[in-house]
Amino acid sequence: MSKKSTDGNCECGRGVTRRGFLSAAGASTALFAAGARFQINEVQAASPEFTTEDMSKITLDINGQRKRLLVEPRWTLLFVLRDRLGLTGTKVGCERGECGACTVLVNDEPRYACMLLAVEAVGKKIVTLEGLMNKEQLGTTQQAFLEQDAYQCGYCTPGQIMAAEGLLRANPNPTLDEIARGMSGNLCRCGAYTHIFEAVKAAAVNKRS
Amino acid sequence: MADQKDLYYVNDLPVPETPAAGDNPQPWGQTNVIGKGLPRADGYDRVSGTAVYPSDVTLPRMLYGAVLRCPHPHAKVQSINTKAAQQLPGVRTIITNQSQSAKLTWRWADGHENLLFDSHCRFEGEAVAAVAADTPQQAQDALRAIDVDYKVLPFVVDERKALESAAPDIHSGGNQVNKDSYSRGDITKGFTEADVVREREFRTESELHTPLELHGCVANWEGDSLTIWESTQGVYAVQSKVAATLKLPLSKVRVIGHYLGGAFGSKLQPGKYTIIAALLAKETARPVKLFLSREETFLCVGNRPPANMKIKAGAKSDGTLTALEFVATGTGGAYPAGGTAILDWLVRDLYLCPNVRCETTDIFINGGPSRPFRAPGHPQCSWALEQIMDELAEAIGMDPVDLRLRNIPLISQGRGSIPYTTTGLEECIKQGAEKFNWSQSREAATQANQRGGHLKRGVGMGSCVWFVGGGGPPSTVIVKLFADGSVNLNMGASDIGTGTKTIMAMVAAEELGVKPELIQIENADTGTTQYATPSGGSKTVPTEAPTVRAAAIEVKRQLLQMAADHLDVQPEELRFAGNMVVSKQDSGKKVAITDISQLKKRGVVVGTGYRGPNPENKSVNPFAAQFCEVEVNTHTGEIKLLRFLGANESGRVINRLTYDNQVFGGIAMGIGLGMTEVRQFDDGQSGKLVNKNWHDYKLPTALDVPLQMTSLPIDLPDAEANSTGAKGLGEPVTIPTAAAIANAVCHATGVRFTDTPLNPLQVMKVLTQSNTKEG
Repeated sequence: MSKKSTDGNCECGRGVTRRGFLSAAGASTALFAAGARFQINEVQAASPEFTTEDMSKITLDINGQRKRLLVEPRWTLLFVLRDRLGLTGTKVGCERGECGACTVLVNDEPRYACMLLAVEAVGKKIVTLEGLMNKEQLGTTQQAFLEQDAYQCGYCTPGQIMAAEGLLRANPNPTLDEIARGMSGNLCRCGAYTHIFEAVKAAAVNKRS
Repeated sequence: MADQKDLYYVNDLPVPETPAAGDNPQPWGQTNVIGKGLPRADGYDRVSGTAVYPSDVTLPRMLYGAVLRCPHPHAKVQSINTKAAQQLPGVRTIITNQSQSAKLTWRWADGHENLLFDSHCRFEGEAVAAVAADTPQQAQDALRAIDVDYKVLPFVVDERKALESAAPDIHSGGNQVNKDSYSRGDITKGFTEADVVREREFRTESELHTPLELHGCVANWEGDSLTIWESTQGVYAVQSKVAATLKLPLSKVRVIGHYLGGAFGSKLQPGKYTIIAALLAKETARPVKLFLSREETFLCVGNRPPANMKIKAGAKSDGTLTALEFVATGTGGAYPAGGTAILDWLVRDLYLCPNVRCETTDIFINGGPSRPFRAPGHPQCSWALEQIMDELAEAIGMDPVDLRLRNIPLISQGRGSIPYTTTGLEECIKQGAEKFNWSQSREAATQANQRGGHLKRGVGMGSCVWFVGGGGPPSTVIVKLFADGSVNLNMGASDIGTGTKTIMAMVAAEELGVKPELIQIENADTGTTQYATPSGGSKTVPTEAPTVRAAAIEVKRQLLQMAADHLDVQPEELRFAGNMVVSKQDSGKKVAITDISQLKKRGVVVGTGYRGPNPENKSVNPFAAQFCEVEVNTHTGEIKLLRFLGANESGRVINRLTYDNQVFGGIAMGIGLGMTEVRQFDDGQSGKLVNKNWHDYKLPTALDVPLQMTSLPIDLPDAEANSTGAKGLGEPVTIPTAAAIANAVCHATGVRFTDTPLNPLQVMKVLTQSNTKEG
């Protein structure tokens, strides 16, 4: 199956490119009629051993703390946050920039952490859901989401909160229409949008006062 | 830290009368907690990031699993070569149909059992092999390096073609799964009696659940004991299937599912992935985390079946329905999975009609098996029924609201005419229409449209009953009251995002007179909590709430007995008064609950509650009606939803905040069915799913829901349904949405839209065809 890590223009020579995958999978009825094999085995047979020497030594600025890490160049910021730093407030939904569950602030702007390699995040100020907390106290936006019941299953919620936080940092007094637009990059399958709008409104008021 | 006195029973919360042992509790009178809009008991955890969802679980030495899936809709695995994959860095094990441990039977349905990695793959995405590796990236590398030789077989992915003689057989008995029929009265006579008859074919497309949290689990063995953290709606359902498949005693399988990130019916059962994770963990003697990729969740963990529906309806000129006929086909995919399950229920039960005939045919295709999807069958049937009702209304010159009000049943006709315990259908329609300003809005839209222009206004509605929604046994709940008066609530039920934990805490708080925030909740763990069926079918509140109440009452009975011993009186003489137990006769005789000597000595009172039976020969159902106003751009085909109102009768409202949230969420999901979602196979060439991602498969976003949303609860406690008076809500909230939109769009444009989704492409196509016809 095609996977994000080998999608697009990856020139690392490991696995198949998306283009290659599609041509193998979609390849004409003639190929299927012949009961053809799934032609994917040449590339990775030559796959070299990956050692720590191939890993990159990086320092990330996360929630105001400097984190020194050894990462594979293909690791996303999302993977590093969740699986290397244990910051599971950032959720994984699609790993292809569609749902927004992994939204974090990068230099105060909401960004999908799945669409950013960890090595690309060097030198940027990253804030995750955990970074909105004041020790154990909820941040203003988090508190508004709690009070307005702006979630159901709660899984898209960290991303929604980060998107709202980013919106309010850029626009402290948004109209309802601006709120809907600002939140439109974050899917909520439970459909809690109406309460999310209320929460963003409430957070805007509380942040200003 | 709370002041010590705040921890005790509080004076300002009265405690309801405690029924004697064996007596049923009376409905609550004035309530103190129930009915309020309280934020969630676990809200802090959910917004702070401290809630640990199954996909957040990380264990020491944990590996990552991944599943190799068949890329063809129909194929036979000839051979699998894992040699290259085995040699890749980080790869710890690979299992295939040749692995001894994987030679297990997977049961799809009665009479449909095959191997876990069966060589006959009947749908794209069927499991073929699996790996465990040090990192998820290495696991994916290994999948790509596995060389599988497939014999590709002819396929059929459209149920409308699957019964044709040219279609390949998916199973040896042919492609028809089953045919169900139902009838009452005399359908021919019914149509003869009608002054108007309308008939039309409708289709709803297949929808995919795609909850935000991926399907999957973490599996860990300690010797012969298996623990699974699974994203699930029912930990006990996962436990029983895993134990049966791996042939383990139930006591050796512990399933934990404290949180889950959405499901909508797709996580009522474990998947092959659950078994595979357990096998990989066993092989490697290390914990394994196996969560599917987003793409995989489009292929193999369920869908709402498509429905092809032909409906014919007859009515007298006064609006009395005389006949309804419904013939439909659908598909649950490559294995029996309820492709037409309860698809005809609304025709059978929603409106009063003496003559009804239904026939549904379930058909196999080479597609991923269905799983229940929020109100199975109902939104599809609603799409056809509510639109034909509007056609009848137009034909006899009657308002659509009045036509429905003309045909309100007080009995469940589909169940042999037994009465409903309560029905709020009429009130949902009446009060909903009034609150929505139905008549004036409809008139204003009609007049505006007569003035011309390409922007057309429309107002539409639909109503519904939900097949079940009354819950029922079994359920067991334990409520513990600690020596300081604070409480632990222990139940097996999952909170799938509907607010179950909060609602149950409110029930316990109401009955015990304690503050809800003093209740600790422990749930969804087969190792430590009590048996519960999965959270689904809009039955969690009506099943668990009376059980929680029963457990709390048991705590009170024991406390009264302890206080009676303490005061040396009979327990019947005593009653609760705030934080005290007081004699009914002699108010001087009293003891503070936390001073009762036995409670201090024991440290805890444990009350067990069981869910009692439902009323006999009655049907417990929730009802709803929805109203909406739309603006259709006839140049671009864009539909703007201006406002929506959901009126729901689900018995007693327990938490107004989570209640409204369900209503709005159900509407949002119904907008998906009606306007954006369609599973798209490459029918002609490859048979593969072409939109297995959220870019090409459109979910409603923040920009697709109306900014003006209203929830109107018809708060009608159902004294017969159960001791809390509450019925289910999660499904009726989404049933009539799509149909209400279609009716509004028809009102706006004068054109009937028979197929979902009403996206701009589809709308323009239909409008253009209609103009051509007229021109």
